[in-house]
Amino acid sequence: MILDTTLTALAVLFPETETEDFRSGAADTEPAEEEKKKPKKDATSRKNGIILRDYAVHGYHIDVQVDPSQLLEAVAIIDSLEYFIESITGVDWIKEEQLEAVYDFSRYDFDLCRVVIRTRTSRATPSLPSITSIYAGANWHERETHDFFGIKFEGHPHLIPLLLPEDADFHPLLKDFKA
Amino acid sequence: MSEPVRLQADETFVLNVGPQHPATHGVLRVKMEMDGEYIVNAETVIGYIHRMHEKMGELKTYPQYYMNLSRMDYLGALGYSHGHVLLIEKACGIEVPERAEYIRAITVELNRIASHLFWFGAFVMDLGGFSPLMYALQDREHILDILERITGSRLTYSYYRFGGLYNDVDEEFVESSRRFVQRMRKSLKKYRRLVTDNIIFRKRLEGNAPLSRETCRKYGASSAVARGSGINYDVRKNEPYSVYPEFDFDIPVYSEGDSMARYKVRMEEMEQSLRIIEQGLDKLPGGPIMPKKPPKIIKPPVGDYYQAVETARGNFGIRLVSDGTKNPYRLKLRSPTYSNMHLFDESCRGLLIMDALAFMGSIDLVIPEIDR
Repeated sequence: MILDTTLTALAVLFPETETEDFRSGAADTEPAEEEKKKPKKDATSRKNGIILRDYAVHGYHIDVQVDPSQLLEAVAIIDSLEYFIESITGVDWIKEEQLEAVYDFSRYDFDLCRVVIRTRTSRATPSLPSITSIYAGANWHERETHDFFGIKFEGHPHLIPLLLPEDADFHPLLKDFKA
Repeated sequence: MSEPVRLQADETFVLNVGPQHPATHGVLRVKMEMDGEYIVNAETVIGYIHRMHEKMGELKTYPQYYMNLSRMDYLGALGYSHGHVLLIEKACGIEVPERAEYIRAITVELNRIASHLFWFGAFVMDLGGFSPLMYALQDREHILDILERITGSRLTYSYYRFGGLYNDVDEEFVESSRRFVQRMRKSLKKYRRLVTDNIIFRKRLEGNAPLSRETCRKYGASSAVARGSGINYDVRKNEPYSVYPEFDFDIPVYSEGDSMARYKVRMEEMEQSLRIIEQGLDKLPGGPIMPKKPPKIIKPPVGDYYQAVETARGNFGIRLVSDGTKNPYRLKLRSPTYSNMHLFDESCRGLLIMDALAFMGSIDLVIPEIDR
């Protein structure tokens, strides 16, 4: 099973944190109780580490939060396991003064396993390493995320506006953006 | 007598294709660095009809935003709406009646054929054959008529609702769909004789712009672009959703990776869609098309949700970050052609410009869907 292989490979990044299992029935928790727990985990300061999600509810299996310094390492592990890149996007957590980048990976074979890698950067000077050296297809996705959120991807070969006009100096998906 | 003009050996020039060019099927621009007729380097410029659908997603409530999804891809609108309603139903835990889910599958497949037909006509026209477009549009018109009767629109359908459908289908829909399946089977034979077996057409496409499996993976390609390169990937099979596990259908896969493989995949997909429609009409259960108590206000619980569907253009993903209010906190649309088009820059290097345009046609571009 690729799920276990991926978990083992990713666990190397977090020697001190246990993998949390939020799948229904996994830890004898009823789904209703589980629902109550989730908001705390999802919305606010979550520790770096791996969380197993209920595929039927969330639509993905492995949810990994890494430090920006670990991002390239995590993506390289995913690449070595032959995942394909689905998309990169951002989320503006304005209350916590943070920007989150979300990387989606999935598989071409029938061993279904969706992996989400998240990483957070400060809202004032958002900067993350570019993964274009590993996945060439990240190029446009990173440019788009730069357009919408202003995250600077260090090492990106061509970080100019993609969807926005070429002279755009605004980032429309930031929560404090006023048209 | 003036001196003859001498070109330097390594001299290149930049050719600007688009943004208004018939071969790009919309406002797409490609800056090509040319060495004579050969492409040295290319840079695709997109965003000319960017409408910021994702920001609209944050500003509108869920039902208000629903109609935006059908404005993304004007040829295969229902597939995108399907993804959105499935996501919201999953997040809110809304039960969908079986009949509604069957009708959704049937209409999505009809829409897929309509989209592929338009692509087929336009693609052959790109290569210089005009009449197949007319035949394709004639067949497509039947689908538009069938869908217009039940959905009320011909292109930008907003037929689904959270929990079911807007309108039930009747006997005439079933009858006309069956008639269409018969008609389409004949047409597919005609297309095979007219286009697929045509020696000029085949010589033009075979070996044109081969893509490797690795390129597809690095760029996240899907639909016929991936399936033409030997990747057996279709969200309907790999990640079953809706009632697709109930149907018996195959995923055509070719390993050549060239434009002909992509062409053949899409042509055979139409046949498979016909099979799904036929089985769906046979199995169509009775019953309601909406749940007994559809939710009046859509407020998904706090969390992060993802739903992928196979639209006419490939793997469409939609991610919702909900904060428990009436509006999404963040709504990301992952469009399939965006990833498919992205690999064009790398893969068209070294091609003749007319071969690159054939390659571009084989990707099946719908620009509003790339730009969102």
